[in-house]
Amino acid sequence: MAWKITRSREQDAVDVKTQGCSIHFSTYMAKEEDLFYSEHPVSGSEDEGGSDEERKHHKLLEAIASLDGKKRKKLGERTEASLHVSEFSVSSEGASDKIELSELLQPMKVSSSLKKQLNKVKQKAAVELPLSKEETQRIQRQVAYEKASKAITKWDRVVLQNRRADQLVFPLNQEPLVVKPIEEVLTTWQARTPLEQEIFNILHKNKQPLTDPLLTPMEEASLKAMSLEEAKLRRAELQKARALQSYYEAKARREKKIKSKKYHKVQKKGKQKEALKEFETLKMKNPEAALEELQKMERIRIEERMSLKHQNSGKWARSKAIMAKYDQEARQAMQEQLAKNKELTKKLQVVSDSDEAEVEEETLVPASINEVQLSADSSNPWMLGKLGSDAKDSGIEEELQEPPILSDTGTKNIEEEEKELELSEEETLLQEFEERCHLRKQQQKVEDGEMEQSNDDMDPEEGQTSDLEDNIKDQQMLASKDLDHSGKPEELERSPTCAMSSDVNGLEKIADEPSVREEGPFLMEQLQRVQTVEEVGALGGEEWAGGEEEQINPLRREEQQQTVTTVPGEKKKRKKSSLINLKSVLSASSHTIKTPTLPTTVEEEEEEEGNQKLIIKEAFAGDDVIKDFLKEKRNSEQAGKPKNIDLTLPGWGEWGGTGLKPSTKKRKRFLIRAAPGPPRKDSKLPNVIINEKRDLLATAHQVNELPFPFDNCRQFQSSIRTPIGATWNTQYAFQRLTVPRVITKLGHVIAPMADEDTFLSTQTSQQTKPAYALNPRKPRTRR
Amino acid sequence: MAVGGSETEAKRPVNVGGKDKSRTVKKIKRYWDESQTKESATDTPRTEEPRDDGEKSAEKRKRKPRERRQKRLGGRKQMSGKVDLFPGPASIPQQKIMKFERGEKTKLGQVSNRKLKGHLKTLETKVKLAKTQAARFDLLLPEEAGFLEGDEGEDTCTIQQEDIVDAVDITSGSKHFNLVLNQFGPYRLNYTRNGRYLLLGGRRGHVAAMDWHAKSLMCEMNVMESINDVKWLHTENMFAVAQKKWLYVYDNQGVELHCVKKFNDVLKMEFLPYHFLLATCSATGFLQYLDISVGKEIAAICTKAGRLDVMAQNPHNAIIHLGHPNGTVSLWSPNLKEPLVKMLCHKAAVRAVTVDNTGKYMITSGLDRKLKVYDVRMYRLLHSYVIPFGASHLSFSQKSLLAAGCGDTVQVYKDVHVKPARKPYMVHRVQQGVHGIQFCPYEDVLGIGHGEGFTSMLVPGAGEANFDALENNPFRSRKQRQEWEVKALLEKVQPDLITLEPGILGEVDFLTMEQKHKERVERLGFDPLAKEKFEPKHKKKGRSSTGQLLKRKKMVAEEEQRKLIRESVEEKLQQEKEKKKSEKMALLGQKSALDRFKK
Repeated sequence: MAWKITRSREQDAVDVKTQGCSIHFSTYMAKEEDLFYSEHPVSGSEDEGGSDEERKHHKLLEAIASLDGKKRKKLGERTEASLHVSEFSVSSEGASDKIELSELLQPMKVSSSLKKQLNKVKQKAAVELPLSKEETQRIQRQVAYEKASKAITKWDRVVLQNRRADQLVFPLNQEPLVVKPIEEVLTTWQARTPLEQEIFNILHKNKQPLTDPLLTPMEEASLKAMSLEEAKLRRAELQKARALQSYYEAKARREKKIKSKKYHKVQKKGKQKEALKEFETLKMKNPEAALEELQKMERIRIEERMSLKHQNSGKWARSKAIMAKYDQEARQAMQEQLAKNKELTKKLQVVSDSDEAEVEEETLVPASINEVQLSADSSNPWMLGKLGSDAKDSGIEEELQEPPILSDTGTKNIEEEEKELELSEEETLLQEFEERCHLRKQQQKVEDGEMEQSNDDMDPEEGQTSDLEDNIKDQQMLASKDLDHSGKPEELERSPTCAMSSDVNGLEKIADEPSVREEGPFLMEQLQRVQTVEEVGALGGEEWAGGEEEQINPLRREEQQQTVTTVPGEKKKRKKSSLINLKSVLSASSHTIKTPTLPTTVEEEEEEEGNQKLIIKEAFAGDDVIKDFLKEKRNSEQAGKPKNIDLTLPGWGEWGGTGLKPSTKKRKRFLIRAAPGPPRKDSKLPNVIINEKRDLLATAHQVNELPFPFDNCRQFQSSIRTPIGATWNTQYAFQRLTVPRVITKLGHVIAPMADEDTFLSTQTSQQTKPAYALNPRKPRTRR
Repeated sequence: MAVGGSETEAKRPVNVGGKDKSRTVKKIKRYWDESQTKESATDTPRTEEPRDDGEKSAEKRKRKPRERRQKRLGGRKQMSGKVDLFPGPASIPQQKIMKFERGEKTKLGQVSNRKLKGHLKTLETKVKLAKTQAARFDLLLPEEAGFLEGDEGEDTCTIQQEDIVDAVDITSGSKHFNLVLNQFGPYRLNYTRNGRYLLLGGRRGHVAAMDWHAKSLMCEMNVMESINDVKWLHTENMFAVAQKKWLYVYDNQGVELHCVKKFNDVLKMEFLPYHFLLATCSATGFLQYLDISVGKEIAAICTKAGRLDVMAQNPHNAIIHLGHPNGTVSLWSPNLKEPLVKMLCHKAAVRAVTVDNTGKYMITSGLDRKLKVYDVRMYRLLHSYVIPFGASHLSFSQKSLLAAGCGDTVQVYKDVHVKPARKPYMVHRVQQGVHGIQFCPYEDVLGIGHGEGFTSMLVPGAGEANFDALENNPFRSRKQRQEWEVKALLEKVQPDLITLEPGILGEVDFLTMEQKHKERVERLGFDPLAKEKFEPKHKKKGRSSTGQLLKRKKMVAEEEQRKLIRESVEEKLQQEKEKKKSEKMALLGQKSALDRFKK
């Protein structure tokens, strides 16, 4: 059975385009074909029922087609069986180009279900033409872009934050080093690893503190037990004891090193004697104690007997025994030993001397040392104190214990003596102090007297100068002293005007004025008690300034009124006529100053020669100075004014020539008046000329363009108004003001930000914080 | 101990009664609670003792901050470190902060750019921080200045130097001394900026440099010429001497380093430390500036004012003040050939000028025997005094004490610029006429050069008590000085920047800006910064008819006008208010006699 398959090219194309969507019918067919071909390698055109008619007809058609000249592609005709069958060589033959499915199925037995399927396939419209490659790519790009941009938006916040941040520290996400109180660390910390948990369990079981109070109940109790002072005291005691011990040890060592036998012998004998004596005295005084002592000795004897210590059975003794044959000394030593043994084992009524000494040696060491060593089972000296309220008791006990020991060594006595000494010293100090106070008081009294004397002395000194003024002055002072101690100003005051007008007869004035002044009312002085310039103004300065003047010369008062610069009413007047009042500005009311010592001589100035001329000038031409100044000021004002432009052309439109001037009308017409410039800075200051010229050298350093983001000059100026240098700021402020924008750490890899960082940075804005901030904040944990 | 226990109990936030009340929230039982409750139980009888209500309330108050803190910590007990009873940083009084105020705050409401707004905001916070920090650290200035106070009825000016020397400690007492140098005429003197070294220059050629604390002489010589003035340069290694003809520079061993022949007939000198400039004024009427860091003459200005022998510098802005025989004082900078300001101060020749450390007040004295206090910012006279014989030399101390040398006495005044002084603060007499005075920086000492030599006078409260070791360290070592020298040279201020207003660098050059803008507008043909004209939006449904458009335009225009009017009216009101106020004040001032007691 052979199949005749002709497939339209379109169908083929559809197959290609809709690949992957659904399994197309034709593909099935193709598969079947393949199977078929493998069995019968026959070309499709070679039909079994190869009708010759058809072939003929075909050839005819070809012939006809070739007639019209157009070269048609020949459909290959296979004549031989071959393995390769080109689908392009398949031609559709028949009336209609399209093949119907039903046709294809004709030879098969068509089941109803298959038919249904076929119908379904038929009903489907033909698939549209696919888009071109460029178009599809464009669409794909668009979609991808949208997706990507959406994904990227999550970074927006981070980026913005980092841009705004004062400082960025790379690598990011580092836990900043902050000092935190240990409580916070502990409370946030949790046991995670099994090891930690195990440890926690153990701690729980043993009632150890985990987080909060940090101390065990024992520790707490111990803390309560001993206050710091007590502990200190105790420590000091211990230190002392230790020191004593070490001294003693050193002494013993030193003595031990002494090789002289005689010395030791003498020492020993001395000790024995002493011990005996003591025992005797003890017997007399305290028979019980003596008995105890005896018992102690008995005990030692018993122990000796028990121990077999001195029976020459030890290692040393054996070695000595070998040597004894040849060595005299060794023999002697052995004998000594034996003698000792005998001595010890003998039942005695009398004390054995050497042991007594030993005992005494032991007792020489203060008992507190031993006690400490006993109780110092833990290395912590703080724990030595007894718990709870026992601390006090133990202290008391110690106190009780100590005296006898001290009395033994005699240290206590010394201490007491020292105390007494200290006391006496203190007393003497106090006494001295009192004496000094007393002396000082006396001295002061004397000094006061001297002061007065010296004051009195000073006056004659001044008097010696034999200047007219000084004499007057001294007299005044003396007079004033008599009048009242508080001191009404008996000054050598001169009105400014009088000082100005006549320096020649000034001296006479001085002589005259004080007498008048002395009569001045006391109220005047009250008026003078003005403290600030404003108050002066408010009071109407002329009143108090000229008050005294008035009495001297009432005529001058009007003049004087002008002199006051700070009276508000006056101010207005001056504004109107500033130039007139320059004099008044200069001759403002001046305070006269009273001094206890006046210069003795008229100055012998070195510049005298140079100044001579000036002095004369000053004496005679006080007004000239003012006039000159006003002139200068006017000139400078004129120079600074913007100039008018005169555009008149002489002789234009009227007669011209020498001696002829253009008419005023014309001049007026062609004169371009310059706009009046801004008011001068010194327009309200009559005695000042301020230069209006620009300092070009300085302006070269100024900013002359508004920097970019600022709206106006003021904004910019205020932004740079504070200095940021270390000279003007504290260290911390300086660091804050000059934080670097980016900090990178040496040797650290700066990795690009990870995805999770976006999430984190929304939670906290850690980057905005400077790297060296000390205030504790929650660290950013990375999970 | 018992008392301590009760106290701790009182302070403890957890007490038994409280626990019973808060039954609703069951507290987790801790092992340490037990001991506490036990203890509290033992202590309760003591606490239950009857107490005064006042005591209780006091205790409550005591407890408060602690409780607040406890609340903040979430009821936890802080064991590490001591408990802070006053949590948070200590508050600083506004007054102190005001001291460090620099200019006006930026108004953020008017900022259009959002980014800029953020930037300015952070900047403002930083500025505030700097301010408060500075105010806070003011506490660290340990030394306090004090002045002489007389007993009742005793004037401070009557107190003699000997009394002061007796009263003060030995070290301070040793700072009062006399150098009897009666051979080589009246002395000029100069202290270094740290107040450690003293330079004396006798009229007849004697020059001596010494460490006056240790009283050890560095060098001494006679230049065999008359000396007009002496001045230390930036360190104690060099000094300038204005001799009869020329200006010489010597080192601290007295070796002549330079003879500057361009500077002849110099009468007075001033050294500007931050600019490394030596300003000199000569008998020929020249004001010259020598840059001592490069040895170049920066400016030579012919003042055309005759012999110049009165000179002072304003430490605030490095402007030179010159006094003239015609009673004027002129202010100079090296950048202009004319005086910046000319003031007529006296009717007679000016004898001495000085400017205080803040650069606000200028004091002049003239041949008319007056002493005048001027505010140099306003060029206004504040006070005027008549001094017997007038002052030939003036000097301001760091703490604004004024020393005036009159003949053979030296008078020291306190607060002359603040309120009118009646009496001098201190007076001292020397053997012969005073020829030079200067307060020693960072010391309560006034150096007086006179005909008989030199006198170091004790003036309590004259010097700044706290020195800035990075700026001027009286105790600096050689190495430190070298370090400082290098830094100072690096930070040298150019002479171009000497202006009346030292803050000029922080300002925009408005005139140039305007000019530039004008040029730009000409070049472009339009104003790029001009406000855009209102263009009504196109709207549909007949709302963009000509009439409607006009209406909309008008609306906007009117709105703008209204804004303008509102502003102008407000301004006027403000002005009126002020006017009324001042009038009222004036009226009051005239009216009642008792008003003078009002503040």
